[in-house]
Amino acid sequence: MSALTHTAMLTARAQRSTMRVPVFAVMQIVQPLIWLLLFGQLFTSVVEIPGFATPGTTYLEFITPGVVMMTAMFGAAWAGTGIVEDSERGVMDHLLASPASRVAIQVSSLVWYSVVAAAQALVVLAVAWLRGARFDVAGIPVMLLGVVLLTCVFAAMSNAVALLTRQQQALIGISQGLTIPLMFLSSAVMDTRLSAGWVEAAARFNPFDWAVVAGRQALSATPDWGLVWGRLALLAALAVVMTALATSAFRAYRRAA
Amino acid sequence: MPTTTPAIDVAALTKTYRSRHRTVRALDGLDLRADAGTVLGLLGPNGAGKSTTVRILATLALPDPPAHGDRPGARGGTARVAGFDVVREAASVRRRIGYVSQRPVTRAMDTSRENLELAGRLHGLGHREARARAAELLDVFGLAGSADRLVRTYSGGMARKLDVAVGLMHSPAVLFLDEPTTGLDPEARAELWAELSSLAQASGMTVLLTTHYLDEADRLADQVVIIDHGRAVTSGTPDQLKDQLHGDGLTVDLASAEAATAAARIAADVAGLREITVDGSRLRARATAGASVIPTLLGVLDAAGLPVLAAGIARPSLDDVYLHHTGHAFDAGNGQARQEVAA
Repeated sequence: MSALTHTAMLTARAQRSTMRVPVFAVMQIVQPLIWLLLFGQLFTSVVEIPGFATPGTTYLEFITPGVVMMTAMFGAAWAGTGIVEDSERGVMDHLLASPASRVAIQVSSLVWYSVVAAAQALVVLAVAWLRGARFDVAGIPVMLLGVVLLTCVFAAMSNAVALLTRQQQALIGISQGLTIPLMFLSSAVMDTRLSAGWVEAAARFNPFDWAVVAGRQALSATPDWGLVWGRLALLAALAVVMTALATSAFRAYRRAA
Repeated sequence: MPTTTPAIDVAALTKTYRSRHRTVRALDGLDLRADAGTVLGLLGPNGAGKSTTVRILATLALPDPPAHGDRPGARGGTARVAGFDVVREAASVRRRIGYVSQRPVTRAMDTSRENLELAGRLHGLGHREARARAAELLDVFGLAGSADRLVRTYSGGMARKLDVAVGLMHSPAVLFLDEPTTGLDPEARAELWAELSSLAQASGMTVLLTTHYLDEADRLADQVVIIDHGRAVTSGTPDQLKDQLHGDGLTVDLASAEAATAAARIAADVAGLREITVDGSRLRARATAGASVIPTLLGVLDAAGLPVLAAGIARPSLDDVYLHHTGHAFDAGNGQARQEVAA
């Protein structure tokens, strides 16, 4: 009960911090559009390569789920900056010396980043639609589930790193060092069947690619639902593990104190 | 809980920080005790272990794990707050304490009302209760007019008052204030002192206050413990501590360490001077009536051809109490108690 109340209150607080920096809020909407339009223009003709994706799919349709997941992953990787900021002030210490539920501190951050990522995903879909991409609307809720699970995996990871390092530079370094290679070792912007064999193999173990595959399949005209739910199940399991790790990172924080 | 249970009870507490390069023993067998409803001042220089003590008592840090041969479950000493063990019953401790760290406990991008209400709700106050209590505290601390401004627009003094108010939201049994007035200008400090002393008297809560200002402890604390190198060096009421030092502290700065040593030999013959020590090129001594002894001292030093760069007389300060108990001085920003007189 109190864990739920605490989650609600801490989520509201996270929402206030985002909304009070309008530039930040606007950038969160604009950035995925930059990805969408940039990559969309850059690689328009790759669909003409024989063997690329499903025949009849435009490149815009191909990358839209990729861009949705990129936005979710890159956004979630920033989650820990809030924790570092709170630790640099005495806010985190104050929270940890209060009865506030540790799980609620983690989950509130995941909830808020998921809400933001879902909203961004809808904006990306709408813009892609306006530019002529067509998707199976019924798949959108499933794709959003993928967005939420991916966000939880990376926000929890970012929070764990934040609690262990308590430094913005270290956190940003580690997050970028991880997310950028994961993005390229996936089918987000390129069909991995056309990449080197090892890239295709690596992508199979890449949680980011799980989300991209699930999202793309869900939006396609003939989804392979077995593949979709298989990937989502993997993501869900990893999200639970990461959240547990991030919550136990509070213990390391206390031991180091 | 019987009234004889102390609100804070610390015995033989140890805390060691280990990094790859060095091991620092922050607490080395600390004993502390504060009765319910009293204000305990924890004094000491930077690095003495004040904040470490507060962090352990507020459940933010753990004491050392048990040494080999200790009975199972024992750690590096014990610490109980409001009757509960800070390691084994941390959740019970957290419900009963307020913690105001050295750094701001409020979010800069929230208003003070939002910060207060959130703190109250996290401690289990209902929505209405939290609103009412926040309004009450904003009033007490004179922040009602800026209750809906973002904290980042606050002055240092206002932000610090708000920190204390956040710690008070749930009317804790024990309030920890870690250096509440460090960095404040004298006016803001005096204002906060006035508020803290009336609150402490009215509420019946126990307050543990760390500070490196003797005047702060003097003003607010019922009992004072001076700690250094992680141990309690001395304790008592502020008056008892000052009475341990008889008279004023004198300092005379000379041109060199050799000159200071020579001056110390001469000063030994001046009537009324006691506890003469040399600290680099500085000569220190105590005197019952410093103002009447210093002209004599300056006279004999001049006659001996030892030029004096500066001389000063000070009422007993934490530095002096500390020096008296440990035999060495520290720099903790408490030099304003000393009135330097150009020679």
